[in-house]
Amino acid sequence: MFRFRLDSSSGVPPYLQLVHQVRQALLLGYLQEGDRLPTVKDVAASLVINPNTVVKAYRQLEHERLAGGRPGQGTFITATSAPVPSQTQEDLRASLEAWLRTAEQAGMSDEAVTALIAMARHDMRKERV
Amino acid sequence: MAEHDAGGSVPALRTDRLGRRYGKIWGLRDCTLEVPAGTVAALVGPNGAGKTTLLEMITGLLEPTEGQVSVFGQPSHAGTAESLARVGYVAQDHPLYRDFTVADMFHLGRAMNPRWDQLLAAARVDALGIPLQRKVKSLSGGQKAQVSLTMALAKHAPLLVLDEPVSSLDPVARLEFMRDVMASAADASLTFLISSHVVAELERFCDWLIVLGGGLVQLAGPADDLLAVHRLLTVPRATPDAELPGTAIDRTDSDRHSTVLVRADPVQLAVQGHAGWQANPVSFEQLVMGYLQNPSPAAATGNPAPAAQRPGPGTKAVTS
Repeated sequence: MFRFRLDSSSGVPPYLQLVHQVRQALLLGYLQEGDRLPTVKDVAASLVINPNTVVKAYRQLEHERLAGGRPGQGTFITATSAPVPSQTQEDLRASLEAWLRTAEQAGMSDEAVTALIAMARHDMRKERV
Repeated sequence: MAEHDAGGSVPALRTDRLGRRYGKIWGLRDCTLEVPAGTVAALVGPNGAGKTTLLEMITGLLEPTEGQVSVFGQPSHAGTAESLARVGYVAQDHPLYRDFTVADMFHLGRAMNPRWDQLLAAARVDALGIPLQRKVKSLSGGQKAQVSLTMALAKHAPLLVLDEPVSSLDPVARLEFMRDVMASAADASLTFLISSHVVAELERFCDWLIVLGGGLVQLAGPADDLLAVHRLLTVPRATPDAELPGTAIDRTDSDRHSTVLVRADPVQLAVQGHAGWQANPVSFEQLVMGYLQNPSPAAATGNPAPAAQRPGPGTKAVTS
């Protein structure tokens, strides 16, 4: 069974953290179509969070067509994810690490690196529009 | 939010211009509130803000001086059996009779409550490993809190009011207690109203927020919506409150810049973007602390008064 976690210091609202974790698990192939998500009560009790937060996260996942509720049975993953093959992921990670090392040697701080990535991504999105 | 008012149902709790006077001093005044069914509402405020006064009027233990409490649409009358039975109450110091056993406490619960669920009570303490024959005085703080919660749950009251339930507990007992509260909230679609001092922990527990200060409601509503209409602005120090987009709640001035918590329409914020200004989302704790530190005598309904009526926030100069 998929298990959620919560980072109370991240500043990201708890329901969004749950949504992100499902999206990420789908991309990485840890969650697949037909998998059942834990019940609202299980998540509320295990993370010690408001059950309405879990309900809100599951609604958002349904809205994004990543999951669907089956009456009396629970919430199931409905998306067919095409996870990026693990070899490709490893290659990407290796080149990213090399790039990060270069950035560090150039004197870039962690914050500056994050800002640079955000800027590059932002510009790429703008080009696509 | 959809999960709160689906079908426009009757709120679990409604107080209408509720007030209580102790001699010449108002412990709470003009308190108008709603808590929708199925929410976990947090009641926050400094000592003396009127939290316990409010909670005792809601539970029917204290007679209001003015105004009215309604629980699921039915007016409450202090001291009557029906009103007391509709609200489960876990009082601050878990007042259980010291020489009673857990079984004796349950016996008392059964005698006092028409809908008492002995099976639920017995199963809960069994699951917690608390022996029924154990005397209250030999229970740990966490166990006493759990017995109090069990008694409130076994009443089968649709609204549960918890006054500082975890303030006397160690971190592990705290977590275990709140775990059970969250699980019961999921289970039986109960409505909880929980008062607390521990602001940092509240975000994960509550989806409805009520801030009390100076005997008045300062802020109330769905936590997510309240967060969405507040921003933390960083502006040049000389910027007057009147030029800010929205109502200034809390302001900290440094040498060259000021940090201001404002309540504003996010659209308005986007339009009024200034060079040299920065608007950041506000965290749950920043939001609550901003209101706690600047109680407004004008706020009465939970909607802050318009800028003109609201007195300026207490300005804290970091350096002068």
